[in-house]
Amino acid sequence: MVNLTYENGAVTARLYGEIDHHIAPAMRAEIDSKCESCRPARLILDFSGVGFMDSSGIGLVMGRYRMISLLGGKLEVVNIPQNLKKIFVLSGLEGLGVIR
Amino acid sequence: MNIVNSMKLSFLSKSVNESFARAAVAAFLLPLDPTVAEVADVKTAVSEAVTNAIVHGYPDRFGTVSIDMKLTDTGKAIIRISDKGVGIPDIEKAMEPLFTTSSDERAGLGFAVMQSFMDRVKVRSSPGRGTTVTLEKNIIRAHIKPVG
Repeated sequence: MVNLTYENGAVTARLYGEIDHHIAPAMRAEIDSKCESCRPARLILDFSGVGFMDSSGIGLVMGRYRMISLLGGKLEVVNIPQNLKKIFVLSGLEGLGVIR
Repeated sequence: MNIVNSMKLSFLSKSVNESFARAAVAAFLLPLDPTVAEVADVKTAVSEAVTNAIVHGYPDRFGTVSIDMKLTDTGKAIIRISDKGVGIPDIEKAMEPLFTTSSDERAGLGFAVMQSFMDRVKVRSSPGRGTTVTLEKNIIRAHIKPVG
């Protein structure tokens, strides 16, 4: 579901499996808990292991953007698989400048 | 246009059933020989509609979510997702991108995703009686042959 590491001031959350409304709250809780304890300068959400995602994944990214901004950090979204690009484009998240 | 195959599915409005619902619909779609992208589009749209039924249709209790799916000899998949929940008072408002009545980090993109990923989306709702969302997708490569 999510694999968390902290290194050089950055928390990396490697997400894997499917992201939907059932799974997203548990992912959110794990990521937020790690960030609240580490207070990282950067939160990196790595989507390379995500096989399916609906708009709950977009909500997860938007919520983490708010959370890490409140903690004074920056969000980066990396390794979006080809099959998820369509929903990211539709979401307008590219406008936040967080997608690498 | 003739119906060549159909199925019905009903399940309790528990969020754990969201993955079951989209997987079942995707499996039923396979005889139309869809591309990987078409399967992903249908799964995503179904996931949005089923989540809406679970979150918004039955905000305070569990109820039944039903899926009625048909495949036609022209390669069209027609998927009707319905609940007997609270209904939507203002469908136009509900379909606006970023509109959400939920506080639980919902992006408000459910209907925008359905409209963008499917060829046709129709919503019927009566407050207090429930909501039916009908999704249609033309599977481009579908072979016109009897299924099964």
